[in-house]
Amino acid sequence: MLSIKNLRVSINNKEILKGVNLEVRPGEVHAIMGPNGTGKSTLASVISGREIFTVDEGEILYKGKNLLDMPVEDRASEGIFLGFQYPVEIPGVSITNFMRTAVNEQRKYHGLDPMPANEFLAKMEEKKKMLEIHAKLANRSVNEGFSGGEKKKNEIFQMAMLEPSLAILDETDSGLDIDALKIVASGVNKLRRPDNAFVVITHYQRLLEYIVPDIVHVLFDGRIVRSGGKELAIELEEKGYEWIKAELV
Amino acid sequence: MDKDPNNILEEVTQGEYKYGFYTDIEMDQAPRGLSEDTIRFISAKKNEPEWLLQFRLDAYRKWLGMTEPSWAHLHHPPIDYQDIIYYAAPKKKKELESLDEVDPELIATFNKLGISLEEQKRLSGVAVDAVIDSVSVKTTFSETLEKQGIIFCSFSEAVQKVPDLVKQYLGSVVPSDDNYFAALNSAVFSDGSFCYIPKGVRCPIELSTYFRINAANTGQFERTLIIGDENSYVSYMEGCTAPMRDENQLHAAIVEIIALKEAEVKYSTVQNWYPGNKKGEGGIYNFVTKRGICKGNNSKISWTQVETGSAITWKYPSVVLMGDNSVGEFYSVAVTNNYQQADTGSKMIHLGKNTRSTIVSKGISAGYSSNSYRGLVKMTKRAENSRNFSQCDSLLLGDKCGAHTFPYIKTENRTSIVEHEATTSKISDDQLFYCNQRGISTESAIGLIVNGYAREVLKQLPMEFAVEAQKLLSISLEGSVG
Ligand SMILES: Nc1ncnc2c1ncn2[C@@H]1O[C@H](COP(=O)(O)OP(=O)(O)OP(=O)(O)O)[C@@H](O)[C@H]1O
Ligand SMILES: [Mg+2]
Repeated sequence: MLSIKNLRVSINNKEILKGVNLEVRPGEVHAIMGPNGTGKSTLASVISGREIFTVDEGEILYKGKNLLDMPVEDRASEGIFLGFQYPVEIPGVSITNFMRTAVNEQRKYHGLDPMPANEFLAKMEEKKKMLEIHAKLANRSVNEGFSGGEKKKNEIFQMAMLEPSLAILDETDSGLDIDALKIVASGVNKLRRPDNAFVVITHYQRLLEYIVPDIVHVLFDGRIVRSGGKELAIELEEKGYEWIKAELV
Repeated sequence: MDKDPNNILEEVTQGEYKYGFYTDIEMDQAPRGLSEDTIRFISAKKNEPEWLLQFRLDAYRKWLGMTEPSWAHLHHPPIDYQDIIYYAAPKKKKELESLDEVDPELIATFNKLGISLEEQKRLSGVAVDAVIDSVSVKTTFSETLEKQGIIFCSFSEAVQKVPDLVKQYLGSVVPSDDNYFAALNSAVFSDGSFCYIPKGVRCPIELSTYFRINAANTGQFERTLIIGDENSYVSYMEGCTAPMRDENQLHAAIVEIIALKEAEVKYSTVQNWYPGNKKGEGGIYNFVTKRGICKGNNSKISWTQVETGSAITWKYPSVVLMGDNSVGEFYSVAVTNNYQQADTGSKMIHLGKNTRSTIVSKGISAGYSSNSYRGLVKMTKRAENSRNFSQCDSLLLGDKCGAHTFPYIKTENRTSIVEHEATTSKISDDQLFYCNQRGISTESAIGLIVNGYAREVLKQLPMEFAVEAQKLLSISLEGSVG
């Protein structure tokens, strides 16, 4: 589904990703861990097409298509979703209106008519219920004045509405309380299907107890230096990154 | 009308000024240029009483002694007032009984604009006084209104039907020598709307007028008079679109509103005159004087405007708060793109005690445009315990445009409070990326963000107008980023 080969990325002539390789197949859940500032969010941004980064080398194929040639919104319509580490506020735009626009623009991309209003609202209700989102939240402006946890939950809500085939969740767990974490995780698990995949970026093993990954990667200084099963996450939690650093030298 | 906001956003992608077409209706027009003869011609055409002719001539003489104002933050080539045709009307036909009798081409024009009278009649419960060029062609719903004693007709009709009311109030809020453009209008005004709500009557429907400039070289001089008698209520809407043109077209309207004791008048407008092309050629010059007076105690006047059009906009809807406890409001969204220039704002003149006013102005500038807010809040000595709150926000798209704020505050008593807040912001790359990442194109994202920014004002508009306004905001910012 997603195939990244020797990806080198820089910003302002500073190299951040130094040759990343990653294969994600349908049905899989991948976890990416790694110290602060090693390029996890950068990788997520580049997959979704953020233009401030320069791709110096390498390729990203998604469902066999060259992603790097595709505008951000087309990638989204092709099923790539990014759960932001820091979701932005859009004053005055209600979540309902925002989501309706997003759903219908994606439908338009696929040559479909806009979703009928009643169908859309029913879907909103269903997903809100699944994620235990307060009814009033949906009438508020996108992320405006939301608490940290509410923002993260809102990201997952949007994911549930858009039903992507590849969801990249960037530290969705940080800021969530234990209950919210369980709700979000079970929401993600309900959305898992044999034909979609998740890449979960996290610092904590705890999330991975609820969303069980098939493969765990360690991103370190712009490279994936180690991949393994879910035990790797436990090992990291116990030993910290010094251990990997030591091995690398 | 389609009210799905998403369709609205789809339309945003469809380029070029939509309402740029031209209807060919035989004109009956005044000779080019301005003189006492022109004025007599207009007055005679309209079968006006002598006092009105004198009102016009008096204004004309005052105008001759005045000069065009130069204080606004605007630039344009000099206007040749002798190169304008001051009166044009569709050839006089017999009174029309039904829509079948209306020129089919006219109907087609309305259909193109999406405001077919039939539709309006059947669906929206809105009475439409449609003005094409200078003469009202058709008034609908007048019977329903008549039953309640409401008079809603063209200005010319009112002159014939209720001359005393017109005589009493015409020029009572905007004196004919108020300013250069007001004097010009007072001399040559063509037509417009007249509205009178009798004592104790709540007008059951939104009164709506659509205006169009339609003839080459024809200055348009609308004159509107709205009177809310004691304890009455009316919501009045005015919207306009104009065909694409190369030459500049002068538009100098006057709107006067009078609210007597306990009366409330809500005036909403979506203004979409042709703004000129991407290079800044053509477009309407819009010099408007809009003023209301809260004459009686506890009366209220509110102006809501969405301005997306015109090459130049010069417009300061104002309220004179004369009655004690009266309320004045001004809600405005002004969008400028390409080479458009807008100098707009509001004046709140507090004369009565315990009067309150609110100004919410949202400027949105893109391209090479210039967008200025100019406002005056005046608390006179008598206006004890009065309050004003002003919020002036500017949103900039790109870095070639300009936004300016000129707030003037004069307080002559110690018990009144004037608050002024101003912000300037930009649409951030992070916001655009966030929207893009959800599958929303940049153009749609801008429409969405801008509509969100303007929401406080848009929500003041009547529903059907709000939809129209959202559409216009998006359309007028096409191609402004990227
Ligand atoms: N817009 C930017 N301008 C300059 N440097 C940037 C920019 N974005 C990221 N960087 C730098 O790139 C490096 C990688 O950042 P990135 O956000 O990808 O790290 P991360 O692995 O997600 O860290 P964290 O765990 O703290 O979220 C950091 O050194 C960061 O400062
Ligand atoms: Mg990060």
